Amino acid sequence: MNYNWNWGVLTQEPYYDWILSGFGWTLATGSAAWLIAISLGSVIGVMRTTDIPILRTIGTVYVEIFRNIPLLVQMFLWYFVLPEIVPRDSGMWLKRELPMPEYSTAVVCLGMYHASRVAEQVRAGIESIGQGQRYAAMAIGLTPVQVYRYALLPVAYRIIVPPLTSDFLGIMKNSSLALTIGVLELTAQTRQIEEYTFQGFEAFTAATILYILITAVVMAAMRVVEKRTVVPGMISLEAK
Amino acid sequence: MSGGFDWNVIFKHIPFLWEGMQVTFLLTFLAILGGILGGTLLALCRLSKFSSLAWFGGSYVNFFRSMPLILVIFWFYFLVPMLLGRPVGSFYSVLIAFTLFEAAYYCEIIRAGISSIGQGQVQAAKAIGLTYQQSMRYIVLPQAFRNMVPILLTQGIILFQDTSLVYVVGLKDFLVTADIVANRDNRLIEMYSTVAFVYFVLCLLGSLGVRRLQRKYAL
Repeated sequence: MNYNWNWGVLTQEPYYDWILSGFGWTLATGSAAWLIAISLGSVIGVMRTTDIPILRTIGTVYVEIFRNIPLLVQMFLWYFVLPEIVPRDSGMWLKRELPMPEYSTAVVCLGMYHASRVAEQVRAGIESIGQGQRYAAMAIGLTPVQVYRYALLPVAYRIIVPPLTSDFLGIMKNSSLALTIGVLELTAQTRQIEEYTFQGFEAFTAATILYILITAVVMAAMRVVEKRTVVPGMISLEAK
Repeated sequence: MSGGFDWNVIFKHIPFLWEGMQVTFLLTFLAILGGILGGTLLALCRLSKFSSLAWFGGSYVNFFRSMPLILVIFWFYFLVPMLLGRPVGSFYSVLIAFTLFEAAYYCEIIRAGISSIGQGQVQAAKAIGLTYQQSMRYIVLPQAFRNMVPILLTQGIILFQDTSLVYVVGLKDFLVTADIVANRDNRLIEMYSTVAFVYFVLCLLGSLGVRRLQRKYAL
């Protein structure tokens, strides 16, 4: 093994800044995508538990499409294919005027991909509550929207805190795929440092530590949330 | 976009794409095999009564589960040739990365499977005089694996999708071969949508198959 370790590279300009900015972009991409994932995923998940066939079908089709195509391929579809197949004007807008095109595309792609996963968690959460609660809520005269708003969803969300945590960490890790369309997030920056300095292992180590840091902080925070939100007498769903 | 779509480009390059698909299949297959093997050993570590083994298993899993797969691929892409002192080709580096990475995920599945076999079974095995190895070999693992088959296969489908990430080191799998054609012939739309369609059909068939199996073999 002959490799000249030089940890100094991590504190040198501009590499120090590259790592920090990459870390920032990772957080920014993951968090923005998470907002899409959790809101869209909740809607899709709820659709799959209603008794309206068309809504259930739409929900199922969405989940199957987004779950069965590799995320990287989806990234390419959004970035390279979509602008060409939409009407000309929208295509032009996507190519020329979309602010921060790589970042926005990556966020939408990640968000919609993970929405299919969140949808499955939300559905599992609602289904684990059992029909009794639904009927009880209907019996006291709640409208279908109210049944979800006041009876099912508050419990479902509390049950699925652990799997949602693991999905959130998944989105942070998957944000590294944004490097394939040119977002300079953490992994991309370390790769770039490798190319400039040949000190790849130092950069990879730094990135590894930062990813572990994200996981550790999120896990610690969510353990507190989990304790507070756990539904007495019900087990929460296992994290995956 | 000039000249509309040309889907012929797909048919012209089927042999080339098939070569890539074979790499994808081979990588998936070997990584599943290695992952399950490593995952079983790790799961036994995690459930071991020796605290150092349990600690090792736990740290291994937490470490790899905190890392994005792309970063793991980069690590081993550079690390493996350096440790061996000679270039080994990206396939082997990537295979090692996938095996070690997936072992962490398989470990958690297998651990859950083993834990789902009640303590009663283990105690009964002990009572009739089986050693630890025998009770694992004849009592616990056969039942655990039967319970786990659907989840192991689902993880296999996820792994099949994940192998597309070898794109970042340019190993010529299905996606990369399609990407080469796409860029050379300037047929991005046709190639990428075909790739998406092929992955979609294969994964959908796979997951439908798993669901059927699940209904049929549920204990």
